[in-house]
Amino acid sequence: MLLNQFLLLAAVLFSVGVYGVIVRKNGVLVLMSVELILNAVNINLIAFSTFWGLSGQVFALFVIAVAAAEVGVGLAIVLLIYRNRRSVDIDRLDELKG
Amino acid sequence: MSALFAAETTFDVPANVAFGILAVLMVVAAIRVVTTRNVVHAALWLVVVLGGNAVVYLILQAEFLAMTQLLVYIGAIVVLFLFGIMLTRAPLGESDDLDNSQRILGAVVGVLLLGVIGYAVARTWGTDRLDFAAYELPPRIEGVVSGSGNGRTQALANTIFSDYLIPFEVISVLLTGALVGAIVLARRD
Repeated sequence: MLLNQFLLLAAVLFSVGVYGVIVRKNGVLVLMSVELILNAVNINLIAFSTFWGLSGQVFALFVIAVAAAEVGVGLAIVLLIYRNRRSVDIDRLDELKG
Repeated sequence: MSALFAAETTFDVPANVAFGILAVLMVVAAIRVVTTRNVVHAALWLVVVLGGNAVVYLILQAEFLAMTQLLVYIGAIVVLFLFGIMLTRAPLGESDDLDNSQRILGAVVGVLLLGVIGYAVARTWGTDRLDFAAYELPPRIEGVVSGSGNGRTQALANTIFSDYLIPFEVISVLLTGALVGAIVLARRD
C-alpha cells in the first residue's frame, strides 16, 4: 500500500468538509462538516504514524477527545442561539459586522 | 498479473481492494453529508463516513484507535448531533433552506484546495510504501509482551503514559471544563 493513497482520501474529505463549512447555514450541519475535517486530519496522523512510531496515534486520540469537547460546547451554543432567536441560521448572526 | 499472484503471501492486494471500495463509499457519503436536503439524513451519512474512518484505521493497523472511533464518534457524537437536530426543531423532511447563496464560491474553494493538496500528493505518489509485514514496534518501548497479539495497544498505552503524560492530563482537564461549560450554557434558568 502507498502512503499517498491515504493522504489523497484525507485531502478529498478535508475539501468536502471545507465546502460544507462555507455553504451550510444550519449550525448543526456546520458542526458536522467540522467533524469531516477533523476525521480527515486523523487519517493523515495515523497514516504517518506507521512511519514514525506511535506519536501520531497518540495525537489522533487527542484530536478525538478535543472533537468530543468541541461538539459538546458547540451544540450547547447552537441550542442557546436557537433559544434566543428561534432559528439556527448562522448567516443571520451578523451583529458583529460593522 | 504475475505481481498479483506473487509467491509470498502479502497483505497488500486485499487491503488495496478494501481501501478502494471504502474510499469511494466514504467520499460519496461525505458529499451527501454536505449536499443532502434532509438534516437527519446528513447525520446518518456522517455515520457512514465515521465508520469508514474506523475501518481505515484498522487497515492502518491502529486497532485501539478504530475502537475509540466507533465508541466516541458513532456512540456519542452522532447521538449528540441527533439530539441537537431534535432540540433545535430542525425541519425533519426535505428543506431547501439549508444552504446559503455561496454554493459556487464554496465549490471553487473546495476544488482549489483539493487541487493544491492533490498536486502535492501526486508529485510524491509512490515514494513511500507502507510495508506492514516489516512494521515493528519502536525498540525503545520497554515492557511490551511480544507475541500476545495486542502489543501495539500496549505500546500505545506506554507512549501515552510516558512521553505524553502531561498533554493527556491537560486533555482530561479540557474535557471536564468543556462538559461543565456545556451544562452551564444549555441549562435553563
